Amino acid sequence: MTASPPTPPTRIGAVVALEHVSKRFGPPGTPAAVEDLSLVIPAGEICVLVGPSGCGKTTTMKMINRLIEATGGRVTIDGEDVMALPAVELRRRIGYVIQQVGLFPHMTVADNVGVVPRLLRWPEARVRERSHELLELVGLDPATFGGRYPAALSGGERQRVGVARALAADPPVMLMDEPFGAVDPILRDRLQNEFLRLQAKVRKTIVFVTHDVDEAIKMADRIAILGRGGILAQYDTPDAILAAPASEFVEHFVGADRGLKRLSLGRVGDLPLLTPILARAGESRRTVVQRLDAASADYALLTDAAGRPIGWVGRHDLAGDGFLAEADATPGSAPLQPESTLRDALSAMLASSVQLGVVVDEHDVVIGLISVDAISEVLRGARDSGA
Amino acid sequence: MIEGRPFFQPQWIIDNLDEIGRRLGEHVLMTVIAVSAGFFISFGLALLVRGRPRLYGPVIGIAGTIYSIPSLALFALLIPLTGISLLTAEIALVGYTLLILLRNIVTALDGVPADVIGAAEGMGYTPLQRLWHVELPIALPVIVAGIRIATVTTIGLVAVTTLIGMGGLGYLIINSGIRRFFATSIYTGVALSVALAVFADLALLAIQRRLTPWARAREGRA
Repeated sequence: MTASPPTPPTRIGAVVALEHVSKRFGPPGTPAAVEDLSLVIPAGEICVLVGPSGCGKTTTMKMINRLIEATGGRVTIDGEDVMALPAVELRRRIGYVIQQVGLFPHMTVADNVGVVPRLLRWPEARVRERSHELLELVGLDPATFGGRYPAALSGGERQRVGVARALAADPPVMLMDEPFGAVDPILRDRLQNEFLRLQAKVRKTIVFVTHDVDEAIKMADRIAILGRGGILAQYDTPDAILAAPASEFVEHFVGADRGLKRLSLGRVGDLPLLTPILARAGESRRTVVQRLDAASADYALLTDAAGRPIGWVGRHDLAGDGFLAEADATPGSAPLQPESTLRDALSAMLASSVQLGVVVDEHDVVIGLISVDAISEVLRGARDSGA
Repeated sequence: MIEGRPFFQPQWIIDNLDEIGRRLGEHVLMTVIAVSAGFFISFGLALLVRGRPRLYGPVIGIAGTIYSIPSLALFALLIPLTGISLLTAEIALVGYTLLILLRNIVTALDGVPADVIGAAEGMGYTPLQRLWHVELPIALPVIVAGIRIATVTTIGLVAVTTLIGMGGLGYLIINSGIRRFFATSIYTGVALSVALAVFADLALLAIQRRLTPWARAREGRA
């Protein structure tokens, strides 16, 4: 590999193939952590390795960038054996994201993102330009965040910087070890959605490790379920795994609520969204009531000036004269995004008093509503089709 | 005390500024040599024991033993080998810095978060690049804290080397002071020695702050 910097059009992913790979940490004869594992991950897809703890999923992932060396079989990237390169050079060509992020506390955000390009000796101007580009790509303003130290970032911002850092040298392959495992559920949903949007643009081959079946179903193009001792129990699309688990182990692992889990396959953006009755603080109550009457609706969605949701106002909130204030609104469930799964949408709605989910775009601006009815329609459809 | 002579004579200080300056310079030089040499030896030992953790106990044990030898006894042990010389003085001074510096360097490097090391490894740093660009910068505040303690300790100990003909400001305290019952020299030596220790400590702290702006970002948030 030469040190010349690749040009902006991102390199699409590479095929990652594991051929009869095994790993034994002790001498021959000790039980294997991973046993005779063969997987082909098509270019540009997200492959999620999932399984109970001790199933060797992280070990498997680390054998790709040789943080752990396989004791048997071989791993290839676009046909090239990973053993053909020195380990450090191999790792510079593979993005790496870990749960605790592991940002370097003594480097600014921009310098953190520039780590691998600098290891590859890109010209300094190109490194700065690239880290600028990537911060924008993950939705962090380079002027605001570039000069900050990681200690001054929130958990979500750190995770985004971690993803930007992994993408910096435009690697065809990215390894992600429980990347969203350490953040709260609402933020995790957001980060997952952002990542899916990002992946739609960059089309990397991603090996993603998690112990969370729901996350696997949401993120994966393909799921590899590993059993104890690193034996591959099933490798297929989420849909196929939920529809036809290959064994009792898989059936048990994905859980009894497979029907409900299939909701994780559907995305909010797949359903027709309803148009909300919108209201702004400062409007007269009467106008809003008239608007509700015209649409024969009971609730209006109060938004701020930028169109971001604040909460619901019902008819009883609108009684009397005067003007609407932000304080009149009852906060609803956490906003959903088109990439959110129907399952997350359903649980968010069930937790809220108004059983409508507010769908927002990446700038948090309301784009529509989703109803519980629409989701149960999908559930009925799935049942009728015999799943 | 000799009759008729005032207790403190500012005029003596003015008359002997050259000599006082020379002793101060000598004091600084001996301290710098001792702490620098001690640092490099400790750093090498720290890298050694990190690679072979079983050596940590014995190495710290030896450094601790040296630290516990009274300075006069250590000179007595060394004089047959290296004579009454700067080398003898420095061997002793360096010996006393080892325990402090080694323990701080090892603690500092051990304190680098595992996730940071894991990320560095996964991104393709070579072990040497990782040490130089990641581990050392992060360990710096704790390492400098050790250097500060070692420096202040050494500044105190340099005075004792007067007994083997060195001594820096110790010369003013012991040879021209105590031995001749001359208080002005004693106070001058003591005051300068204390001032030097305080100055060195603050200067090192200032350098550390300059080198680790990120550490304050962390404090600011906490």
